[in-house]
Amino acid sequence: MSRSLTRLVCVLAALMIGACGGGPPQASQQTANGSAAGGTLQINGAGATFPNPIYSKWFSEYNRQHPNVAINYQPIGSGGGVRQLTNRTVFFGASDMPMTDEQIKAAPGPVLHFPTVLGAVVPVFHVEGVNELKFSGPVLADIYLGRITKWNDAAIAKLNPAVKLPATDIAVVHRSDGSGTTFIFLDYLSKVSSEFKSKVGVNSSVNWPVGVGGKGNEGVAGLVSQTPGAIGYVELIYALQNKIDFGSIQNAAGEFVKASPDSVTKAAAGATVPDDFRVSITSAPGAGAYPIASFTWLLLYQDSGDAAQARAMVDFVKWAVTDGQKFATDLGYAPLPQNVATRELDALQKIKVS
Amino acid sequence: MRSELLFRVAIGACAVLLVALVAAIGLELVRESSLSIQTFGLRFWLTKTWDPVAGEFGALPFIWGTLYSSVLALLISTPIALGIAIFISELCPAWLRTPLVFLTELLAAIPSIVYGLWAIFVLVPAVRQLEASTPAVLRALPLFSGPPLGVGMLAAALVLAVMVIPFTSAVAREVLKTVPVVQREAAYALGATRFEAIRSAIFFARTGIVGAIMLGFGRALGETMAVTMVIGNNPQISASLFAPQYTMAAVIANEFTEATDELYLNALVEIGLVLFIITLIVNAGSRVLIWAMSRSVAPAAPRQAAAATAA
Repeated sequence: MSRSLTRLVCVLAALMIGACGGGPPQASQQTANGSAAGGTLQINGAGATFPNPIYSKWFSEYNRQHPNVAINYQPIGSGGGVRQLTNRTVFFGASDMPMTDEQIKAAPGPVLHFPTVLGAVVPVFHVEGVNELKFSGPVLADIYLGRITKWNDAAIAKLNPAVKLPATDIAVVHRSDGSGTTFIFLDYLSKVSSEFKSKVGVNSSVNWPVGVGGKGNEGVAGLVSQTPGAIGYVELIYALQNKIDFGSIQNAAGEFVKASPDSVTKAAAGATVPDDFRVSITSAPGAGAYPIASFTWLLLYQDSGDAAQARAMVDFVKWAVTDGQKFATDLGYAPLPQNVATRELDALQKIKVS
Repeated sequence: MRSELLFRVAIGACAVLLVALVAAIGLELVRESSLSIQTFGLRFWLTKTWDPVAGEFGALPFIWGTLYSSVLALLISTPIALGIAIFISELCPAWLRTPLVFLTELLAAIPSIVYGLWAIFVLVPAVRQLEASTPAVLRALPLFSGPPLGVGMLAAALVLAVMVIPFTSAVAREVLKTVPVVQREAAYALGATRFEAIRSAIFFARTGIVGAIMLGFGRALGETMAVTMVIGNNPQISASLFAPQYTMAAVIANEFTEATDELYLNALVEIGLVLFIITLIVNAGSRVLIWAMSRSVAPAAPRQAAAATAA
């Protein structure tokens, strides 16, 4: 007994020493300033995973053309990108959702948004004997609210008169990980259904009324392809690359549109884009516009305090929104409409480079 | 003499460092979740809503899911792991021992993401089949209610069980190895059958075996990736094996990267704190259990011998 008491005292003493002396170490803030070692300018960025394939392509291509600029991008997620930008641990951020007013206020200086490419989210389904389906926004919202529970529901049948729909249950699948894809999908559903907006809302993760969560695009696609009667949503690139069937959606003009780089670019062309480029283009007006589409943004400080890096990033963005756009379609993204790219070139002048 | 002192100080520092590290982790978790702790207080542990949009956070479904899946995994894995350990240490022919040990240890070396992918593509369809073919009489019970989705508590518990087996069986095997040969010889000398001799060896090693099981439990509590991929990630409290549920480690892995607002982040860190505390409690509990058992070992051993004589 006395031995265990001694031991207890030892442990307590050690704990106290730990608490006093070994408290949380001062986070060694990695400096946002890149090193100019060997004449190469190193620029660090972090953020969204969704545009990572094209950003990797761009950064390596740009480095090939400008060997003195090396841009290092970490796809840690949009939320992480905004956090790191705010803490100035990276020089630029990237996000699938525009920063909110509070987030911009919380940042140490004015942050500018630059759309780089467009992406889209498509509804994928697994219904025996059916490989073509039409959806409308309100129907999708009701499915994800748990109001429509059978595939042969009158609302779905009305949109698909030619399709023989089974009387099976709908197994709803959503993303379990916080994701820009979810944000875009929810942004659309909240625009077309006020009930969805009040009950669920818009965020990268929400309190889903129904369904199971799959991790990542591959998790959702895996669950949908395995589960008879399932419906889910994935990024357009993912559905194209893996040849998964997806439905068309009724847009604001009343047409049923299937997602493609062309219909996504049309959505951006038809939308009213404000000067700070912080805009949601879901449910965009205009003929042929795909309704569940979004920009993805690069985030830069207006006054970063490092002229060399700022100048290099401005040059890079200029290249990305012009010459760089030709890489978009091959990688499954939609290129920016011309009018947006032109306005970005103007907006780049706001960035302090000297 | 001086080198002795230096050695003592050096290894002492190592021990203190470890304790300091645990304390630092605990402190950091509290510091980073202070906003959530202040906002929700005890409610965080007891409420069921997890709504990042409304800023309402309750950890109860995740606590439930973590404990339920780990206990289930333990129920499945313990008999199998102990069977493996006993077979290898007591009954296995020598030529089979090395490959068998190698294979069970190989299970421990497989990364959990690989287990997760295997579970998605092999285990989940099999579980879905099983669920779909469950008779309606059983489906009426709360334990088997819900649609046959494949993903859910059962799939998670099964994949966890497979991951836990190598740990439990490896430790249990080592523990059985430490049983003195004299113990077995004495049993045989008293006329015990092989089964009785093995039983007495297991009884001798029981504290260590409990330790092995608790090690597996600790592993199951914190397992993240494979569970996230098959548990269905739905924060609900359900007794059903077929229902999609959620664990603490899974929600952190899923939502941390994209969480932006302060309260949301704090709530996720507090989930980490809750997991930390529960793991501490489980480990402390197993220590107490082992301590209580080892204290009673001295008077118990002769009784066992007496029982063997009587038999």
